[in-house]
Amino acid sequence: MADSRDEPVLEIKDLNLSYYTRAGEIPAVIDFSLEVMKGETIGLVGESGCGKSTVAMAIMQYMGSNGGIKSGSIKFKGRDLNKMSDEELRRLRGAEISMIYQEPFAALNPSLTIGTQLMEVPITHEHIPEPAAYDRAVQMLSDVKLPDPERVMAAYPHQVSGGQQQRVVIAMALLSQPSLLLLDEPTTALDVTVEAGIVKLIADISRKYGTSQIYISHNLGLILETCDRVFVMYSGEVVEEGTINSLFTWPKHPYTHGLFGCIPLPTADKNAAPLKPIRGQLPLPHERPRGCNFGPRCDFFEGGRCDDKNIAMTSVTGSGATDHRVRCLRWQEIDYGKQVAHGEVKPPMEVGEKVLEINNMQKYYEIHDRSIAALIAGKTVKLVKANEAIDFDARRGETVAIVGESGCGKSTFAKVLMGLETATSGVVRHEGNDISQIAVRQRDTKQIGSLQMVFQSPSDTLNPSHTVGNQIGRVIKKFGVESDKAKIRERVLKLLDVVKLPRDFYFRRPRQLSGGQKQRVGIARAFAGNPSMVIADEPVSALDVSVAAAVTELLMEIQREHKTTLLFISHDLSVVRYLADSIVVMYLGQIMERGSTEEIFSPPYHPYTEALLSAVPIADPEVTKREIVLEGNLPSVMNPPAGCPFVTRCPRKLGKVCEDERPPVQMAADGHAIACHIPLEELRKIESVIKVPQLDERIHVKGTKETATVD
Amino acid sequence: MLIFILKRLGFMALTMVIVSMVLFILLETNLFYKGDVATRVLGPYVSAEQREMWREQHGYNEPTYKRYFLWLGHFVTGDLGSSLRFKGPVNDILWGRLWNTAILGFWVFAIMIPVSLILGILAGMREGSKLDRTISVTSIITTSVPEFASCVIFAAIFVFGLKLLPGTSGMADGFDFKQLILPVLVLFTYDFGYVARMTRASMAEVMTTQYIRTAVLKGLPYKRVIMRHALRNALIAPFTVIMLQINWLLSGVIVVEFFFAYKGFGALLLEASLNQDIALLEACAMVAVFVAVGTQMIADIGYTYLNPRIRFS
Ligand SMILES: Nc1ncnc2c1ncn2[C@@H]1O[C@H](COP(=O)(O)OP(=O)(O)OP(=O)(O)O)[C@@H](O)[C@H]1O
Ligand code: SF4
Ligand code: SF4
Ligand SMILES: [Mg+2]
Repeated sequence: MADSRDEPVLEIKDLNLSYYTRAGEIPAVIDFSLEVMKGETIGLVGESGCGKSTVAMAIMQYMGSNGGIKSGSIKFKGRDLNKMSDEELRRLRGAEISMIYQEPFAALNPSLTIGTQLMEVPITHEHIPEPAAYDRAVQMLSDVKLPDPERVMAAYPHQVSGGQQQRVVIAMALLSQPSLLLLDEPTTALDVTVEAGIVKLIADISRKYGTSQIYISHNLGLILETCDRVFVMYSGEVVEEGTINSLFTWPKHPYTHGLFGCIPLPTADKNAAPLKPIRGQLPLPHERPRGCNFGPRCDFFEGGRCDDKNIAMTSVTGSGATDHRVRCLRWQEIDYGKQVAHGEVKPPMEVGEKVLEINNMQKYYEIHDRSIAALIAGKTVKLVKANEAIDFDARRGETVAIVGESGCGKSTFAKVLMGLETATSGVVRHEGNDISQIAVRQRDTKQIGSLQMVFQSPSDTLNPSHTVGNQIGRVIKKFGVESDKAKIRERVLKLLDVVKLPRDFYFRRPRQLSGGQKQRVGIARAFAGNPSMVIADEPVSALDVSVAAAVTELLMEIQREHKTTLLFISHDLSVVRYLADSIVVMYLGQIMERGSTEEIFSPPYHPYTEALLSAVPIADPEVTKREIVLEGNLPSVMNPPAGCPFVTRCPRKLGKVCEDERPPVQMAADGHAIACHIPLEELRKIESVIKVPQLDERIHVKGTKETATVD
Repeated sequence: MLIFILKRLGFMALTMVIVSMVLFILLETNLFYKGDVATRVLGPYVSAEQREMWREQHGYNEPTYKRYFLWLGHFVTGDLGSSLRFKGPVNDILWGRLWNTAILGFWVFAIMIPVSLILGILAGMREGSKLDRTISVTSIITTSVPEFASCVIFAAIFVFGLKLLPGTSGMADGFDFKQLILPVLVLFTYDFGYVARMTRASMAEVMTTQYIRTAVLKGLPYKRVIMRHALRNALIAPFTVIMLQINWLLSGVIVVEFFFAYKGFGALLLEASLNQDIALLEACAMVAVFVAVGTQMIADIGYTYLNPRIRFS
């Protein structure tokens, strides 16, 4: 097939997609047009439910039993996919168009070996004999940098790690060198450092084979790093599209603009430049307003104009715009330079006395191994060191973040604090009392009330059969804040005000709430007993960008008001940089580095912190990063290296000392500790990973005549 | 895997021993079974001396635990005692009867497994289709008709109505396949719906998984998607169910064998208990338990084998 540069690989025109449910037709995607050129990567970004996956599935012509293509065309290399027979489609799928999925484990067949699942692709499409297919598969596995491809070929999916499974899925998609690759949130299920490796791999391989890509993500930072052009979707429609540089530097649609105000970019600051959540909520597909879908949430809404009729895409011109279109009537009238890009400025918080003191805390789990080998060796009990030598303090009103990837022991630590587990050794002093050995059952109500938790998935922790008011009221009563019925009710209503939920939510049940609303109830409940300390375990990571921003701000505000100490557990360094006063970086149960936020984000770095910083995608094209991609996967906590835990992946590894000896804890400054064999003087010489340009160096500031008025 | 099988075997032996103890206590002591064993065996019209002699001879005067071990020893070495009702060693009767039931069971399974699996898979492949609904409804109806009812119905149709088949299956003049048809038909009718529905549910679930979507979007032919990717995962659940059906069959045959006067294990069990034939009852019970535990073990091992996630963990 002759691909010329100007002929698109994929051309979607005026596509309308609907789902048909008992409640009627749900127009999931409206008026969608897109062209993908050879070798080009297109980003589709938007919040949950805006129709990203639906577009991908329509391209694959796999809409499920209740989905359908209502109108429009999807042309692949000039042929309309909507008009193809099943057999023609089958020949395209996996050969010319392939797909990479969000959850690699679910996407692989659990009862077939990885080899079988890979080899069937070339066998089906190219009719090559098995040995040739085997060689091809092995070759592809080593192309995606899987160590020991032969072993992987013989393995079943559950026998390799999550990062490796995703590499297998990628290998499977690339085996027949497709011209178009669809990626639906390919790295969302992975750890940040693993994600960085996969992202680079996909980019390298596509460049090598000239593959076009459609990259779906909710993460603007990731889109910036991977794509050439981006489509921002809102409620089933594309609201803005353009080249990465154009759109990220001069976002024109109020929604796109709002999104940037919601993400904790390096320029955001919880006091001087707080996040600015978009007000309101995403409309349900059948409750979309007349005219502009974003109207009810838009600060620039103009009655009679914006809610008159459907709004078409218009081309953006001027100020360096390239290939840039927007679905807004007023884009030319809005001057973002005059707008304050962030929320209300707040004075910094004062921190008080020590509330939490942790000294050399350890938590080991015993794992019983019943395999024959273990029986023979007599080692049936294994120790898993979930937390090793944890040392740090937190003060009143302070926010301490605990950062690390899966399995680093963050949640174990939270459990010990909450008394769900008792520590193996060490001291955990909360308001003077050592609580390390006191299980939650033995704690008195005052102790329990003063230490509360907000969980990652609010749905799991709210009781589905009680009303919101009831659940919060109980906590108030239990911790003896109020005992009089009317007063309890009064307080619950106040708490609802505090978490910005309407008062009539008092009588609602959890299933009638959205994810963000549930999380607000979770926060209200945690703060109901006037706790002196709240542990928040990934409280916003399950939420959409705009909802997460609102919940984050809410958490900060309540904390400020109550002077609560907040322990914020997260894997996301951008959120952490935004809200934490000090940070503890953990890896495989051990503290690698701890210090104030400023100290963690500037050299000297621990090599792991350095890699983490580099791995976090930042949605700002003018921020530059030094690229550090870690090889390999996280080792299992069951089998940690003997010396430095990070030794298997450390790019700065010194040699044998790192393998055999525990690194010493070096104090770079008062309160700034780094556990590494590299001498401090050496670490100090390393340059900054992230470079943020000064405001007056910024393109959009230099580009416009009037200087932006940011306070 | 080896350790797993050994463990399973050990567990099986343990279960058998415990069951044998319970059996022994129930049937051979006076704890639950009121009345004297000797009276039961010899009848009411013998003298006390004779009874005493019989007891002495058969070791009934020994302490209970000793008797138990003796009894167990006999059992293990294959001496199952002698039957009162049939006036001969249990061994002579039991195995022949068991064989007859095995033949019956074989034919039931030989028809039921392919039919119910195929129907279940066809139904589950396209959930909600006309075929699916037909199969589902049929299987619910057939399963809800009790066996004795279908015995009567089938007999009425084929024996009295069409006069095609014999009404009894006594096999008086040697093996006759025609006499086997009705018992097989009744058991099949009762049994296939359950397995078919299990298979359907399992298949329908597999068809909605993401790995099936992956297989389709890889461009594999539909046949391969079903045969290679769906079937194996879909058959794990029905496999276990089928193994447990063997178990069920052993009790299910009682009604059918009785109704058609088929000389099988079920009828034997019934006769043994109606006639208080203790040795025979014990032997039958042990066989039944053996089959139950054995099939459970095969089901477990097979489940593990079919499911690599368990096999390699
Ligand atoms: N099978 C279905 N039946 C009915 N409605 C559906 C179905 N699948 C998706 N929808 C609806 O269609 C809309 C678009 O869904 P889609 O899955 O494409 O969103 P998405 O952008 O991929 O979201 P996410 O980021 O959560 O993956 C949503 O409102 C969703 O509720
Ligand atoms: S069309 Fe009006 S309501 Fe819609 S985004 Fe533009 S200004 Fe806002
Ligand atoms: S101790 Fe060695 S392996 Fe560990 S972080 Fe430092 S240099 Fe790397
Ligand atoms: Mg999606």
